[in-house]
Amino acid sequence: MKMAENQQWEPKIVAFCCNWCSYGGADTAGMGRFQQPASLRIIRVMCSGRIDPLHVFNAFLEGADAVLVTGCHLGDCHYVNGNYKTQVRYDFMEDMVRELGLEPERLHLSWISASEGEKFANFVREVTEQVRKLGPSTLKPEGVN
Amino acid sequence: MDEPRIGVFICECGVNIGGVIDCQAVADYAGTLPDVIRSSVNKYTCSDSGQSEIKQAIKDNNLNRVLVAACTPKTHEPIFRACVEEAGLNPYLFEFVNIREHCSWIHMQEKDAATEKACELVRMGVSRASKLEPLQSNEVPVTDTALVIGAGVAGMQSALDIAEMGYKVYLVEKNPSIGGKMAQLDKTFPTNDCSICILGPKMVEVARNKNIELMTYSEIEEVDGYVGNFKVKVRHKARYVDTDTCTGCGLCVQKCPVEVPNTEFNEGIGIRKAIYVPFPQAVPLRAVVDRSVCIDCGACSRACSSNSVVMEQQDTFSELDIGVIVVTAGFDVYDPEPTHDFGYGLYDNVITGMELERLINASGPTMGKVVRPSDVKPPKKVGFIQCVGSRDKNRNRYCSSFCCMYALKDAQLIREKYPDSEVYIMYMDMRTPFRNYEEFYDRARDMGIRFIRGKPGKVTENEDNGLKVRVEDTLTNDIIDLDLDLLVLSVGAVSSESTERIRQILKVSRAADGFLMEAHPKLKPVDTTLDGIFIGGVSQGPKDIPYSVSQGSACAARASRYLAQGKAITEGITVEVNHDVCVACGLCVPMCPFQALSIDDGKLNIIKALCKGCGTCAVACPTGALQQNHFRNDQLLAQVKNVFTFEEE
Repeated sequence: MKMAENQQWEPKIVAFCCNWCSYGGADTAGMGRFQQPASLRIIRVMCSGRIDPLHVFNAFLEGADAVLVTGCHLGDCHYVNGNYKTQVRYDFMEDMVRELGLEPERLHLSWISASEGEKFANFVREVTEQVRKLGPSTLKPEGVN
Repeated sequence: MDEPRIGVFICECGVNIGGVIDCQAVADYAGTLPDVIRSSVNKYTCSDSGQSEIKQAIKDNNLNRVLVAACTPKTHEPIFRACVEEAGLNPYLFEFVNIREHCSWIHMQEKDAATEKACELVRMGVSRASKLEPLQSNEVPVTDTALVIGAGVAGMQSALDIAEMGYKVYLVEKNPSIGGKMAQLDKTFPTNDCSICILGPKMVEVARNKNIELMTYSEIEEVDGYVGNFKVKVRHKARYVDTDTCTGCGLCVQKCPVEVPNTEFNEGIGIRKAIYVPFPQAVPLRAVVDRSVCIDCGACSRACSSNSVVMEQQDTFSELDIGVIVVTAGFDVYDPEPTHDFGYGLYDNVITGMELERLINASGPTMGKVVRPSDVKPPKKVGFIQCVGSRDKNRNRYCSSFCCMYALKDAQLIREKYPDSEVYIMYMDMRTPFRNYEEFYDRARDMGIRFIRGKPGKVTENEDNGLKVRVEDTLTNDIIDLDLDLLVLSVGAVSSESTERIRQILKVSRAADGFLMEAHPKLKPVDTTLDGIFIGGVSQGPKDIPYSVSQGSACAARASRYLAQGKAITEGITVEVNHDVCVACGLCVPMCPFQALSIDDGKLNIIKALCKGCGTCAVACPTGALQQNHFRNDQLLAQVKNVFTFEEE
């Protein structure tokens, strides 16, 4: 896949979605035909509590311009309280992002239910817009597209 | 495991995918990826011919992994897992890539970008597929009992159907009587037959059925476990009346000196006592004491010939073993009080549709006489305003679906009872689908009921408590000022607090409108995403009586599949520990909300039956000893690494 010379730079965003809520939200966005930038690549996990900082920072090191951590609304976790653990880990990841010299806008946390398709699409739109302004991530290895 | 030999199948889904994405280009690209032995495009991969092609390809090419790029795994993963299993592959060697909901449908105008994204999603999927390993699904026994939460008409039907199939049903109702909202109604559309006359016998049938254990005035406290093996804790609220000996004679009620508004059954019109029988047709027909207003005078106790009043009674609890759960927890009618819609709560003669139901009901507080609350006189001019709390961006966006019909019904009843009355219905749209409903609308017009298309802008009160309603007739562009004696707000339905409570206990999803969300809007309308839990009635969304009854039966049918088989298949996705690497530090143990992990004799022990496969514990493991099957680090990182490629100069 070679990008055309004249094509505008588009950010590439990796989203980790839980099977029950946010992945369903992305599905609902599709069903509702909520158009959004083609910047997002979703990786499905069963619970947002499965999202390991290892996965998030590997995504940055591989070239992600932003990473989204998403899951069920607090109180709605299919596994009782997995997303509370996500929240704790996310706080740690926010600190790490700063330590690495990345802009905080490159890491986002959002709770999106399976019915919130419009919210999902708006979230993708907003983050893409923010990252477009920031330009490519400074952690992006040379030659990555 | 042998070297990966992956077959890739790109679905066009008719034009759903094929109309946006260049599927052949994606298939060609997939063919260049490592371990991909063959790749092809199908018109409909999930069709019989599409599935046959997959099975044939597995045989012809000796494939040991299959990737389908199509729609969402939420609906189609089980279909393709079964397909590869029929061809002799372990179902967990199947990988799904969503290029419809997550690609073609959301990038309809950007065909090149969508094709490029589809290629990348397939590349990520192939990398994960090459690392998949076979897993075993677990078969769990199913306890042959059902729990139905909520005994309105939907729940009663569900309980009866399951009971008549021969299974034990626990029917739990938070109110002192079963019957739900339907018990409060006067007549039912479009037949105008008496609501309680058709509901009453059903209520008795529920109470008499040997397989139904009725638990009224009871609430669900906790639900634990999973399909086939739910542990349910129920609180039985103290009635302060011994239900075994009480006969519902009502002598105690007569002697009770405390009078409070009857909010439970009569919408606050009229009074009830501190000890009361919910309504004349209540099942069970037993008294209940409202201790929040009781003055402990003992009059009821002295009046009771069977010594049934027991003021020392405490709440009791039951622990139930349940196989399947049906939720029909009901709804609330929209309350216009806080926002004073159309003067409700400010002017006495503005009432809701449900209040009118109680006024017009022969067994209601006025014996069926429709009166103005301000002076208790029959109104001559009555207006209805439709869509109150419905189809309104500031309230609820959805249509409540039954308000048009109940307004038509009540308008007809008023015209029948008071032939010299004038009745106006102010509406945005009249919505009357289903059999005999449109005819019912015609009948209302024939009876002289006046229809004004327009939503009133202003309601004011006259000196004599009459109401002036200003409304634009949007068909004629006339501004009309109506003088009315009584204004009825056709309020819609909203999800109730008790439904929300149950929802949180069960972890069922909620839709944007607040009602419970089904697993699929078309094909799984009463299933939830949770195995063994089903939803019906208005707790799932606004609907009329026949629709609620149908859903009750549908829930029973869906639930009884598990009961009849006596077993359920649960996911093979659980966590696994590598004891060679595990240092038994125990950091994972408190992560598990299901108590599946423990350190026993310096060694991590996993109880597979308790593990639900969330993988939260695996993240906590500092050594990488603990891995979640099917979502192992190497599998997820393979996806991460393949989002991106290096440009080769």
